[in-house]
Amino acid sequence: MGMQFVSLSLPPLLIGIFAAVACALPGNFLLLRRQALIGDAISHVVLPGIVGAFLVTGVIATWPMMLGAGAAALIAVVLIEAVRRLGRIEPGAAMGVVFTAMFAGGVLLLEQSDTSDVHLDVQHALYGNLESLIWLDGLGWHSLLDWQALTGLPPELPRMAATCLGVGLFTAVFWRPLKISTFDEGFARTQGLPTGLIGLALVIVAAVAAVAAFDAVGSIIVIAMFICPPAAARLMTDRLERQVGWSVGFAVLSAVLGYVLAGYGPLWLGFDHAVSAAGMIATVSGIILAVAAFFGPCRARAGAPAEG
Amino acid sequence: MLWDALTLQLGYNATLVTVGAALLGIAAGATGTFLFLGKRALVSDAISHATLPGVGLAFMVMVAVGGDGRALPGLLAGSALSAGAGLLCVSALTRRTRLSEDAAIGAVLSVFFGFGVVLLTVIQSMSAGRQAGLETFLLGATAGMLWNDAVVIAAGGALVLALTVLLRRPMTLVAFDPGYAAAGGMDVRRIELAMMGLALAVTVVGLKIVGLILIVALLIIPPVAARFWSERVTRVVALAGAIGGLSGYGGAAISATAPDLPTGPIIVLVAFALFLASLLAAPGRGVLAAWLRHRRHRRRVHLRQGLLALAQGQPIYEALTLRLLRRAGYVRADGVATEAGRAQAAKALLDERRWQILRGDPAHEAAAARYDGLTPPERWLTPDQIAELDRHLGPEAVT
Repeated sequence: MGMQFVSLSLPPLLIGIFAAVACALPGNFLLLRRQALIGDAISHVVLPGIVGAFLVTGVIATWPMMLGAGAAALIAVVLIEAVRRLGRIEPGAAMGVVFTAMFAGGVLLLEQSDTSDVHLDVQHALYGNLESLIWLDGLGWHSLLDWQALTGLPPELPRMAATCLGVGLFTAVFWRPLKISTFDEGFARTQGLPTGLIGLALVIVAAVAAVAAFDAVGSIIVIAMFICPPAAARLMTDRLERQVGWSVGFAVLSAVLGYVLAGYGPLWLGFDHAVSAAGMIATVSGIILAVAAFFGPCRARAGAPAEG
Repeated sequence: MLWDALTLQLGYNATLVTVGAALLGIAAGATGTFLFLGKRALVSDAISHATLPGVGLAFMVMVAVGGDGRALPGLLAGSALSAGAGLLCVSALTRRTRLSEDAAIGAVLSVFFGFGVVLLTVIQSMSAGRQAGLETFLLGATAGMLWNDAVVIAAGGALVLALTVLLRRPMTLVAFDPGYAAAGGMDVRRIELAMMGLALAVTVVGLKIVGLILIVALLIIPPVAARFWSERVTRVVALAGAIGGLSGYGGAAISATAPDLPTGPIIVLVAFALFLASLLAAPGRGVLAAWLRHRRHRRRVHLRQGLLALAQGQPIYEALTLRLLRRAGYVRADGVATEAGRAQAAKALLDERRWQILRGDPAHEAAAARYDGLTPPERWLTPDQIAELDRHLGPEAVT
């Protein structure tokens, strides 16, 4: 059991946890700023980015694809802003126009290019393949101390851990400016804070987290983790500090529970095939949100009548 | 080749798909307009992603009762049910908790979609599910479209369109001002649900052709493009329908000309091209029109300021002002005013003096609000009023 767990389940589990936390942290601020759907938009436009990078370099390599995805995310943010200002269109519709068109472009590129001999398709982009990120050198718990074996870890694991750490550092270092500019932009500006820059930095950090997580686990988890844990946490407390804490807890819980249910749940029910871990993690996060919506202590809008 | 496709001469299947896509586009454009005008365009994103678990469950149920799991009406019914459930979740989360609508949309779309993916993997492990091909609902697949599928799509599209026409008045009112609609005795909530129900119907009908990820584009892009061309709701609805229909027709025709041009994405890209054209070229709200307006205004300001400077004998250094004055024949190449220039300059100065008097007189308050430093007062006042103003001017000014 120990050996099987370490080599087959531990790496995907950790990657799932890191991805979930990395997305949930910026998600808290995006939620409060009513930009929650930025995560949705970014995860759609990542597709043309990676296909474009593949067409340029001709190989499935991590760094070019991450760069391509990042570039696509940046282009999308700029385009959304341009459409919104030039056309005087409300932000939601501007977002809808841009990300659907870019996603369509990505699918078209994918169909046009010869990707039959490489593992690159729309399904992969959506679901990821968390289950396949296994650690063949992990022969048991003692392998965790064995440097030789550690180098055989799936590269997504250190990358996701680093991303998670980076996002955490960003949140911790810029806590005060982020908090002030999220709640009261006018006040933040009088304090001399560059609110525009902070907003942009937040979107960029979210994009980095989304792109890194997308590479490992697919875009469903990205969208779900940007929104569901922070939304559930928002219904639990009125304080931002606690909300972020709750959201990290919910994110970890969704990742662990979702992974375990996807891997072992069907076996318990007598089926012999596991189901999609990414989909199950998203489902669990939704169940957590539903529970919070029914029982969360701070679920009602402040000042709202009892039956709203 | 493209011409053959556009005139429906590329065979039976291509014709079915093209006509179906055009009908779908018309229905989607017209329906999406009300969501867009109510600033709720992205609700359609939640609706469309929420169809996936319904497709999976319908397949399982149909297989369990011994039928063909791939029967389109059954799958569409299932997708409609789960999309409806998703819609109710968005509505409940927004109304009963303090989450904003965008968070509710994101939560519903990701969770329903994730659950749908779980169901798809379950179906793949079922013996009947190996070749289910339910993944085609993600991006649409038109290659194997049958006559029955086309009839379902055409009938659904026509029904949605008819309901949209029928409900256009209450939906317009609710989209623009729900408070006023409620005060007028309308059941705002039910009309909103009807609005989204129509979007839901379009989504379900469009699953086969463009797939659930891209149907959002047909609900959002045509209304946004149409909005550039008109300020009247009925016209925007009609135009959005036309743009959607054109995208569906043109996109399906283009995709029929080559094997690796997938229908859904091409339709969306045609719609996006029409949007770009509208953004740039539409009169009034278009970017080009705004730029031309800005340029014209700038020229007027420069010319006016140049003439005032001439009248007061001040030197002009500004290059654009000098160029404009020279082109109008008001100054010579060396910067000295011509006869015409002096006359125009005197008129400009007179205008300014008259405005000064006018704005100092409370009796002319309404006209004074029109002052923009460019328009002569004759534009707003009668000759009698001008003569009255001139009596206040010194005799030396009126020349």
